Amino acid sequence: MSNNRVSRRQFLGYTLTGVGGFMAAGMLMPMVRFAVDPILQQHEGGDFVLTDQAVADITEEPVRVDFAFEQVDAWYTSEVTNSAWVYKEGDKLIALSPVCKHLGCTVNWAGDTENPTQFFCPCHAGRYEKNGQNIAGTPPLGPLDEYEVRDQDGFVAIGAVRDNTLV
Amino acid sequence: MLNKLYDWVDERLDITPIWRDIADHEVPEHVNPAHHFSAFVYCFGGLTFFITVIQILSGMFLTMYYVPDIENAWQSVYYLQNEVAFGEIVRGMHHWGASLVVVMIFLHTLRVFFTGSYKKPRELNWVVGVMLFGVILGLSFTGYLLPWDMKALFATKVGIEIAASVPVIGESIKILLAGDSTILGAQTLTRFFAIHVFFLPAALLGLLAAHFIMIRRQGISGPL
Repeated sequence: MSNNRVSRRQFLGYTLTGVGGFMAAGMLMPMVRFAVDPILQQHEGGDFVLTDQAVADITEEPVRVDFAFEQVDAWYTSEVTNSAWVYKEGDKLIALSPVCKHLGCTVNWAGDTENPTQFFCPCHAGRYEKNGQNIAGTPPLGPLDEYEVRDQDGFVAIGAVRDNTLV
Repeated sequence: MLNKLYDWVDERLDITPIWRDIADHEVPEHVNPAHHFSAFVYCFGGLTFFITVIQILSGMFLTMYYVPDIENAWQSVYYLQNEVAFGEIVRGMHHWGASLVVVMIFLHTLRVFFTGSYKKPRELNWVVGVMLFGVILGLSFTGYLLPWDMKALFATKVGIEIAASVPVIGESIKILLAGDSTILGAQTLTRFFAIHVFFLPAALLGLLAAHFIMIRRQGISGPL
């Protein structure tokens, strides 16, 4: 028998706190889970989207290739057009995301006349090498993302976006 | 008539001490612009509150027409501004007040800083004040998206990328705000609306209450 006898007052305090805690948790748990649901959702990689850009016309100079796909935004489904910078490295097709890794603006190839062999972001003058490598001293902290890309019956098909594998 | 009504209520509920306690207190000479004009710097806190009240009222009325839906949000803002009587005024109050409240908070903060009013025993009120500043910036950020025009969309894209740059939990903050890991769309708008209209105002009112209770309890800081 322990020396610390629990008084009636303490006992009631503990039980009421416990019951109150359960009630609070019972209210809060569904609401918090409801709010964080998007964080816990699993996303499967997108399918390849066929573009009307012929692979034969792709050179070593990046060109902008638009591709449209059906985007499901919860209850809202719409046709969205994104673009990629596509070029050939030898025979290999490469597609880079135009989304600047600084704050999400859209980069252009040779957008800065002083750097005609680089990607350029007009928002804060971020620059990238042709393979997406960010140039030290400009705002971006990482390389441009890369799209999965393949030759589908002579046309460029663009797949899911992933981290840059070239740098 | 009004006096009789007041007396009738007061006789039963004894409300005089309550409103006396809230409203009836001396304004010291050193903070009264009527005595020293330079004391107008002590008005910025009150002006912040005044504009905050305007923001709450004009915001309440804006929601009579606004819908947080990506198909209709912009249309509803266009309609309430251009088709509804005084719509331009009511939206203008909310639009300009939003910037002005940040300016006033900043001036209020400067006054508190340069008069040293944050020092003991008022440290906690400074802390609550900084939290209020954060809540107001949150309201500014979430409110900016609601008209759902291009400026709002891209400003939010950038803002969310800034939030995502927080170490370790940045990506989770981003998804929690945007409602999706890649899309800034329908769920982002409803989330921002909920945060702008319910969550942050609730936090704002709670913090304001704490701010005011503390200043009444401690009194305004002394002259320099």
